[in-house]
Parts: sequence; C-alpha cells; structure tokens
Amino acid sequence: MIPGVDGFIYPNEVELQWGLLVVLYPYITGLVAGAFILASLERVFKVEAVRPTYRLALLTALAFLLVAPLPLQLHLGHPERSLEMYLTPHRSSAMAMFGFVYLWYLMVVLLLEIWLEYRADIVRLAQTTTGWQRLVYKLLTLGSENVSPEARRIDDKVSYIVTVIGIPSAFLLHGYVGFIFGSIKANPWWSSPLMPIVFLFSAMVSGIAAVLALYMAFMKVKKMPLDMGCLDTIAKYLFYTFVIDFSLEMLDLVQRTYEADESFRTLDFMVHTRLWGSQVILQICVGTLLPLALLAANQLWRFSVSRRKAMYLAASLLTMM
Amino acid sequence: MDLSRRDIFKIGGKLLLLASAGATLEEILGAAPPSEAYRMADHWWGMIIDIDKCIGCGSCVRACAQENQVPAGFFRTWVERYQVEEGKQPLVDSPNGAMDGFPPSKRTDLKSFFVPKLCNQCASSPCVQVCPVGATFVSPDGVVLVDETYCLGCRYCVQACPYGCRYLHPQKRTVDKCTLCYHRITKGLTTACCENCPTGARQLVDFKNPEDPVHEFLRNNKVEVLKPYMATGAKVYYKDLDGAVR
Repeated sequence: MIPGVDGFIYPNEVELQWGLLVVLYPYITGLVAGAFILASLERVFKVEAVRPTYRLALLTALAFLLVAPLPLQLHLGHPERSLEMYLTPHRSSAMAMFGFVYLWYLMVVLLLEIWLEYRADIVRLAQTTTGWQRLVYKLLTLGSENVSPEARRIDDKVSYIVTVIGIPSAFLLHGYVGFIFGSIKANPWWSSPLMPIVFLFSAMVSGIAAVLALYMAFMKVKKMPLDMGCLDTIAKYLFYTFVIDFSLEMLDLVQRTYEADESFRTLDFMVHTRLWGSQVILQICVGTLLPLALLAANQLWRFSVSRRKAMYLAASLLTMM
Repeated sequence: MDLSRRDIFKIGGKLLLLASAGATLEEILGAAPPSEAYRMADHWWGMIIDIDKCIGCGSCVRACAQENQVPAGFFRTWVERYQVEEGKQPLVDSPNGAMDGFPPSKRTDLKSFFVPKLCNQCASSPCVQVCPVGATFVSPDGVVLVDETYCLGCRYCVQACPYGCRYLHPQKRTVDKCTLCYHRITKGLTTACCENCPTGARQLVDFKNPEDPVHEFLRNNKVEVLKPYMATGAKVYYKDLDGAVR
C-alpha cells in the first residue's frame, strides 16, 4: 500500500509505467542509426578516411537492430499480442507505424546493403568451403555467383542507391521514435517539436562513439595497428555532431528555464532533488561536458598517438554511458 | 409411461445433442442482440460534480473499488484535498486515493475543499488517439472503454492521459480505467460512485436526454472541465472549480 500522495503526482502515477526497458529501445536504435550514418559517410559522402570502419559500422548497426525490439517486447503486458500492431494498426497512433518503420529499415536497408557488401566474400566461401558451411554460403548467395568486375560495379551502384535511401530511413527510424515521445501533450517535458531532432543527433553521437570504441577494441583483440587517420576523422565527426546535439538540448533547457511556465516548477524541483545525480552530474557533466572537452582539445592541439588513443577511448565510453 | 434405462439414455443423448447444437449455433451467430430497452445511439454519457457538496468521505472510492474489483493501490476514481494559502502553492493530498477519507487538517486557516476525480470520458481523447492497435475506444454512447482481450499492455495511453486516470492492471496485465460503470448504466442504473455519494456531489448525466437535469445545471452554473487547454473534449463538468485545481 502506498503511504500517501502529495503535491504533483496523481495516485495512479506513483508507479513508473515506462521504465528502463522502454528507455533501452531508443538507446539501442540510436546506436543503430548513428552507426549507419557513419557507414554512409564513406559510401555516399566519400570520406575515404573512415573506410576501415565501414563493415564494422554496418555490422554494429545490424547487431543492435536485431536486439532492439527485445526490451520493448519484455515491457509489454501481453507480449504474445505484439503482432497485432502489424495486423491491425490504429492509424491515429504515433506508435502504430513502429513495426513497419523497423521492418523497412531492417529488410530493405540494412540487410540488403550488408548482403551487397559481403556478396563477393560469400561467393568465394561458397566455392572454397565444404560440408554444411558450403550449404549455408550457397544459400546466402541467393543463387547469384556472378562476381565479374561488371557485376561488382552494378553491386556498388545498387549499394550506393540503398545507402542514399538508407540515410533518410535512418533519420526516419530514430526521428520517429522521438515523435512517439514528443507528441505526448500530457507530458510537458516531452512534448516538443525539437524531440525528433534531438533524438536524431543523440543517436548519431552515441552510434559514432560506439563504432569508435568497438573499432579500438577489435584492433586490440586482433593485435592489428590502429589507423590513426581514421580515428582522428571519426573523432572529428563525433565532436561536430556532439556540439549540435548538446546545443539543441541546451536550447530546449534554456527556453524552458526562461519561459518558466507552470511545468517548469516541477521540472526545477525534480532536477534539484531526485534527478540531480543522474541528470546534472552524470548526464550533463560526466557524460557530455567531459567528452566534449576531450574531443575539443584534440581539435585545438596535437597530442601524441598514445594520448590521442586514450582520450578518444575515454570520450567514446563516457558518451555511451 | 414405462421407461427403461435404455430409453433414458436415448432421450438424454438426444437432449445433449440438441443443447450442444444450440450452443454452437449461438457461438456462430454471436450473442443475442441487446434488448430494445437500451440503444447506444440514444445516449451520450458524462458526469457533473458539485465541489461544494463533496465532504471527502471516500464513499465513492470504496464503492467503485468494490463494484469493479479495482486492485489495491490503483484507482478508477479518487478524491483530492486542496488546501490553498493566499499567494502560495496549494497543498494537495489524496492518501490512498481517499479510500479511507482524510485525516484532519493540521491547519484551519486555509481555503480547503475536495475534488473527486475519475476518467473524463473525453470525446477527443488522447488515450484513444495513441493506442497502437485501437484496443481503447469511445463507445457510441460516449464512454471510453478498453478491450482487455486486445490490449497489448504497452501503456502508451497511460502516458497520454493528462488526468492520470489509467493504470496497468497487475493481474490482467492490460490497461484498466473507469468504465463509468458501463455494466450498470446500460441497465438503467447509475454508477456505483454516484449511487453511494451521501451528499449527491456527483451525478451521472446523459447529454442526449432532453429531460436530463444536466441542461439546467449547465445553464445556471459556472462550470469548468479539468485542464481545458488540453482540448480533450472532457465530459465531466465541475461546478465552481477553483483555479488551483490541476
């Protein structure tokens, strides 16, 4: 039994309805969208320096996308009914399109692009391996074993088009999640047209940071040298997107503080009490200002390779936290 | 008539067949149509609440919980106590939704009043708008209901309700809320909360009934709905609602 309810909370709102499992979803799709944007830097915008991370970024996106719906599924009161969202979507709901956006991104963009990228390798393995491995690779070729230069050129072209479609799709995937939250008029802290854009940029920040950290970890495990040019470039993009993301969030905060309407009183109270540790100290100071300072320092001064590595790693890990 | 044991088995078997065929037929054709007495299109339900009449006894909360088997710690209706000091933030409390009434106030120098709350049965309801599968809907007679055989339990509607009227039923794992005692009002009864209010502070009304006292009430009193800026088309009207109430 609850002891008593005071102040701003209605009795039914004592229990937090959207907890950690719901928060995990935008975090994971954020990593997906960010990693994909990084991959598209190489493919569409011809930033050759990030070529070493192209495949890693795509696979990171796929891995996280595959597990993204799991926390949501676990959060549902009746997980066995989740397919109803595909079968009988309610058109006025901001959430109803979720499944379709997700499937579009998974099937049309990510799987297609990864298949095109790995096609030559799959064909080679289908021809050189034996036994069940051969069977698997044979299936994965989808019946096309043509890897002539002409065919590869067509692959490249199609892959380019897929990426061009993929960029707005990645924006859609994550901007849409922002809209699900931002369109709730009952919650004045969420209800903001900035929400999809803030979601998008924080997605890019966390996704790029994830690929940066994973790249360093993989190279360590495989005992291969790091491509410092690649690292520097990724860190530069991380810095730029982070600046935009932080500015957007601060704009939102400054606007709310200055307008100081009724909802701000509650927000102010929360920030000074229960959210002080998690939001102010952890999210703004340790998770944002510190990595931003580390990345900014690298734009201003030239540090030694080992120091740069340490700074990048620290910055990316703090960002993802 | 002499009946052998064999005959009894024969007749019994035939009766059993007939009964099961009848039951199957009903299953196929659906339940019997509602009686002519109640036609959904003839009603548009809401409620009027006279704040000055509410004494904060919590009878409505207890009656609702009993009638609808509301799980402990959740509320289809509850009562809030407002204590307002000039120029200060109001003090609001609702101990256990006012299930057991209120403890005496420590201060006697404050403007003090009770506000009963329930689902506002909004005509353009944000909860209905956001449901991804359409499990929650406005019935043709103006009551917001949840189809518990269809609700996913995603709780988007709980987030979307500006009045905090919804919760996840801990056993059913679907969203639950005030139904305006739909099972009673469609049989010509009033809601459990209205029936048990000792002062008549809450009154079920039918806006489509020209004889309903609601029309006179709305004409003769200053009334307000909760959070009118949310533009939800709320159909619970409060008489002399204080500006402090949220």
